[in-house]
Amino acid sequence: MLEIRNLTVKIADEDTQILNGLNLTVNDGEVAAIMGPNGSGKSTLSYVIAGKEDYEVLDGEILLNGENVLEMEADARAAAGIFLAFQYPLEIPGVATMTFLKAAMNAQRRARGEDELLTPDFIKRVNAAADGLGINREMLRRPLNVGFSGGEKKRMEILQMALLAPSMCILDETDSGLDIDALRIVADGVNALRDKSRGFLVITHYQRLLEHIVPDTVHVMARGRIVRTGGKELALELEKSGYASYGEAA
Amino acid sequence: MAIVTPLKTAAEQVLAQQFANVKAELPGAGPVRKLREDAFAGFEAKGLPHRRLEAWRYTDLRMMLREAKPLADGNAATQAVRDRLSTLKLDGLRLVLIDGAFNAELSGLDALPEGVAVHALADALVSPREDLTRILSGPGVAEGDTGLMLNTALMRDGVLVEIAEGTELAAPIAIISLASGDEEQAIFSRSVVLAGKGVKGSIVEISESAGAKAAQINTAIVFEAGDESEIQHIRLVTRQPAETVQVLSLLATVGAHAKFDSFALICNAGTVRQQHFVRYAGEHTEVGLRGVNLLGGQEHSDVTLVVDHEVPHGTSRELFKSIIGGEGTGVFQGKVIVRQHAQKTDGSMKSNALLLNDGATMFNKPELEIFADDVVCGHGATVAQIDGEQLFYLMARGLPRPQAEALVLQAFAGEAVEFVADEALRDLIMGEVEGWLANREHTAGKAA
Repeated sequence: MLEIRNLTVKIADEDTQILNGLNLTVNDGEVAAIMGPNGSGKSTLSYVIAGKEDYEVLDGEILLNGENVLEMEADARAAAGIFLAFQYPLEIPGVATMTFLKAAMNAQRRARGEDELLTPDFIKRVNAAADGLGINREMLRRPLNVGFSGGEKKRMEILQMALLAPSMCILDETDSGLDIDALRIVADGVNALRDKSRGFLVITHYQRLLEHIVPDTVHVMARGRIVRTGGKELALELEKSGYASYGEAA
Repeated sequence: MAIVTPLKTAAEQVLAQQFANVKAELPGAGPVRKLREDAFAGFEAKGLPHRRLEAWRYTDLRMMLREAKPLADGNAATQAVRDRLSTLKLDGLRLVLIDGAFNAELSGLDALPEGVAVHALADALVSPREDLTRILSGPGVAEGDTGLMLNTALMRDGVLVEIAEGTELAAPIAIISLASGDEEQAIFSRSVVLAGKGVKGSIVEISESAGAKAAQINTAIVFEAGDESEIQHIRLVTRQPAETVQVLSLLATVGAHAKFDSFALICNAGTVRQQHFVRYAGEHTEVGLRGVNLLGGQEHSDVTLVVDHEVPHGTSRELFKSIIGGEGTGVFQGKVIVRQHAQKTDGSMKSNALLLNDGATMFNKPELEIFADDVVCGHGATVAQIDGEQLFYLMARGLPRPQAEALVLQAFAGEAVEFVADEALRDLIMGEVEGWLANREHTAGKAA
């Protein structure tokens, strides 16, 4: 379970405050969507949860299963179960995708005091997960995300999510840059991971993604805090009315 | 009235005395002796290179060599030397130099590949071979370099490798230069590789110290690569005491329709100045000069190169990657000359450095001198820190910071290493890179 209390954040080295006393709870098994206009702080929220250093937390706490993660570095948060699917996954030239996947899985296992995966077991897991996402072997041999299309990068994010089996998944604008076929593959991949022990926070500007990943809860974010909460029908309402009533142009 | 004479430093005075003492004993008669004497006279007129000489601006050898160490005259195959040779993972012919002298016993002369002949340079210098002084002089752009002149004057030994026309080497030929490191001394050696028409193969140069005492090392390697040859030169300079001061000259003359690639890894090597002088002797030839410099502590690595496109249709690629921590200093000075008749030259030169902390320094000085009007030439030099976005991405997947950094750095270095065609050599190089990074990761992990 993810609980965010009174989270107040500014950009480090600047005075710009982005999150203003944000409160949010995502229960195990829940798929929560956050919608909001551009500039409302949605991506900042995802980065702060994952542990990016460019921000300064002025107040509040982020609890994962009761434990405050704000003092942890990003790698420790990952090992504790937080996973951020990036809006723009980074290209890492020179690092083979397989090398990276194995390093990530084993780093998390080490951090949790588990044995490292042996290569045959690792390869079996990767192949099984990759097949479901339409990721071929050739892609896995290439340097991480280098030369991948937008859709390939997003599928690679979901592959990592499947392999790392986090308890709290955050998807930051996962639909951006995807055509409808790629969107369906990614959504199917996410839906396959829905589980009563796993929470999802789906950040999106458009309602489109939520037709494929149907949320239990929809939160509207504006000016750095949650301003309204409802069921999945709230997404449809926003699609009609836009964000204008929340004080921002869409 | 005072007469102004340039003051010699203590080291320069000792070098002059040393040359006077040993010149009669150094191998070579007639033309070779004259070559040495002319070279020393040239050196003496200018002295040790210093920062007011443009080519040596960032590596002030006069300051670095406060005293000249005694000239090495032994050939001590110490236990440490033998131990190192036994652990070295390298297939193929090994030619071993100890303190600059060829050691036939430790070299695999009884199993020479077909088409390959090997002589100690000391023997070749006293042979009546007429073309030797021309070969030793190398490309014209190397003329006048005082570091090289000192080598010419004092070169004691080395190897001369002749590879017959059409030979394709199945395994690399390694020239392994080990300093015994039992005492502080000065080592001067020169090796020559003559590759005939159509020769294909790799030459590996290894420079290490088996002991803890730092040496002053001045070595040169001369390549004459024939038409249609494909030569890979790989150099690893590692495991040397931090106080080592080393000048390595690479002189290459490459024939037509040929490929000449050089790659050098410098890590844990002390102060190293590499200087590459390359001349195109024929058209439609591709030259690649690349390298990785991994620096920490007070280490210093200078890569200075002059690529001389004398003829049309030449291609040159330079790519150097430097990772600098501690108070290390990296230097890249690249000069590509395109002469008036060298139309259709295609040149690209890059130097990329990552600075790991505040005390680290990189000097980049790429230069193009283009006298032809139909060429494609470019250069790029960057100095940056580790990409914070890449680092966050890797850490968000669970990699601890030191490991994430190591992965980013390994990838950065790997972009140059991947040009080494021989897989076993590529693995050997990446093994050294990973070892350096693991050591750093370990240290960084402790500090965190």
